[in-house]
Amino acid sequence: MEFLLQLVLNGIVSGSIYSLVALGFVVIYKSTSVLNFAQGEFMMLGAYVCLSLAVQYHLPFAVAFVMTMAFMAVLGILTERLILRPMIGEPVISLIMVTLGLSAFLKAVVQAVWGTDLRPFPNIFPVTPVQLGPLPVSQGYLYSTASVAVLLLIFTLFFKFTRAGIAMRATAFSQQVALSMGISVQRIFALSWSIAAVVSAIGGVLLAGVRGGLDASLAFFGLKVIPVVILGGLDSIGGAIVGGVVMGVLENLAGGYLDPLVGGGAKEVAPFIVLVLILSVKPYGLFGKVKIERV
Amino acid sequence: MRCGDFRQSYAEDMAIFESPLPRWLLAALLAVLLAIPFFTGTYWLDVLNRIFIAIIAAMGLNIVTGFTGLISLGTAAFMAVGGYTTAALAGKAGLPFVVVIPVSGVVTALVGLVFGIPSLRLKGLYLAVATLAAHYIVEFTASHWDHMTGGVNGISIPAAKAGSLVLGSDREVYLLILAILVGLLFFAKNLFRTKVGKAFVAIRDQDISAEVMGVDVFRYKLLSFAVSSFYIGVAGSLLAYQARLISPENFPITLAIDYLGMVIIGGLGSILGSIFGAIFVTLLPEMLRLVTDAVGNHWPGMMTIVAPLKTGVFGLVVILFLIFEPDGMAARWHHIKTYWKLYPFSY
Repeated sequence: MEFLLQLVLNGIVSGSIYSLVALGFVVIYKSTSVLNFAQGEFMMLGAYVCLSLAVQYHLPFAVAFVMTMAFMAVLGILTERLILRPMIGEPVISLIMVTLGLSAFLKAVVQAVWGTDLRPFPNIFPVTPVQLGPLPVSQGYLYSTASVAVLLLIFTLFFKFTRAGIAMRATAFSQQVALSMGISVQRIFALSWSIAAVVSAIGGVLLAGVRGGLDASLAFFGLKVIPVVILGGLDSIGGAIVGGVVMGVLENLAGGYLDPLVGGGAKEVAPFIVLVLILSVKPYGLFGKVKIERV
Repeated sequence: MRCGDFRQSYAEDMAIFESPLPRWLLAALLAVLLAIPFFTGTYWLDVLNRIFIAIIAAMGLNIVTGFTGLISLGTAAFMAVGGYTTAALAGKAGLPFVVVIPVSGVVTALVGLVFGIPSLRLKGLYLAVATLAAHYIVEFTASHWDHMTGGVNGISIPAAKAGSLVLGSDREVYLLILAILVGLLFFAKNLFRTKVGKAFVAIRDQDISAEVMGVDVFRYKLLSFAVSSFYIGVAGSLLAYQARLISPENFPITLAIDYLGMVIIGGLGSILGSIFGAIFVTLLPEMLRLVTDAVGNHWPGMMTIVAPLKTGVFGLVVILFLIFEPDGMAARWHHIKTYWKLYPFSY
């Protein structure tokens, strides 16, 4: 029983980070119809930049964090302006391939600048575990999940009430109508990419903080977010949140109970098996909008 | 003087060779390729073998992605299926290569179909995602099904043999790969002159219109998936015979991305493009290595960034091609050819 609770708890912690990164995915997909395969590299780059600022330049963590966010926001805007804008109107294969090319490029930059060794990440959370019912829980888990919850709440409110958020939803609904209402679709695209880059970087920093170390394997997290967004529905922000937690719990349960049977690795493959099942049964996910095509 | 197309019959329009010259050039090229192994060392022979295998797999990917418009991230997984089938049939069952290679292709085609079916209701992004899932499931199977695949340590493959004929050396394997490559390219070239090939292209251009015109979209999409997986499976099988040892590390997700890159850089929906792209992407690390070796003496820091340099240059080239030449090297080649055709009166 305690084992089960521990697995579920771990699942919620990693799932909450999935939700955050999935939010970035969904924001880009909703407004620009691009599936961003470079999301994992955004996470990794954000975490490395934050690490360098905090450790090599001896900045206080909060300052380093804010500077990282600013850097990522600029990077998101530049990506949209330089790489994605020339792709408007191109077929899906070009859109997918350009983000794959971007992911290869960013991976190489990170590897060239920071190398491939595992680097210790500063303790951004208190290390002593707290007792939660029967389970000892590391405080990093609690802080990470709490900050994700706060961020997700802020974004939900942002999309519901602010001018920019409403403009983004309008653009996602119909670009032509949004344009005729005086919304600058180009600005919305740039905003979407910078939001996605920033939330992934936050996810990357939290994940590196929870794990206590940072290396290139963090980018794989970005690919595992794909089953999450497919489960939740590619264009649903609520779906991203629910999907993230469900997938996090599910992969930890698979890891805990199936690994002894199959000899390891179940945690990595389980989300992809679920992905095939979802695609065969309910391809538009739990909350996604079903597309009907008419000629 | 010729200054345009003057085709007067459908047969002329469909002809592979417009004039006798390309036919002779192709024959000369084949003769050169046949002679090469008797003059080069093992290193370049190995590079050529890898290029030819890459051309076969890139051609397969181009059939499904470039000609039919279905995006696949499963190339590495399907190559793995072909490779491991070869390991089982040639290693454990001891069958001759004339049986093993086609059977590996067929088995891969069947596995391709399994992952193709759920995604046929869906298009574009979703198919890419389904094949991505296929990749991780195959990778997991390859590294955990120990007594069939040798797990993470890999499995060795005996030299290709049929009866008393044993293809042990690089040179003999080269000739085998070359023969299969020529056969498969000839098949692909002709496939797109038939009804089936034209149905693929119709589905890519507008699937709903294709259906209205009487193309059974579901059937032809599956067929395209099967033909493509067959090519990729044969490439995997040849890779197994050439490398003689395969493990899951031979088939990472980055390999699938490399192949998509080849098809993009070479040219989507072009046989010539698959060839150009495969040559370019396979030669890229070799060229970078030559450059870094030359510069390394003066600037030792260069040596540590060789690995990321390859990935970075590849990513950058893909992005630049997509932005500035979305039709790839094949389109460039076509422009150059038509420019010289009318030189110096190019307008």
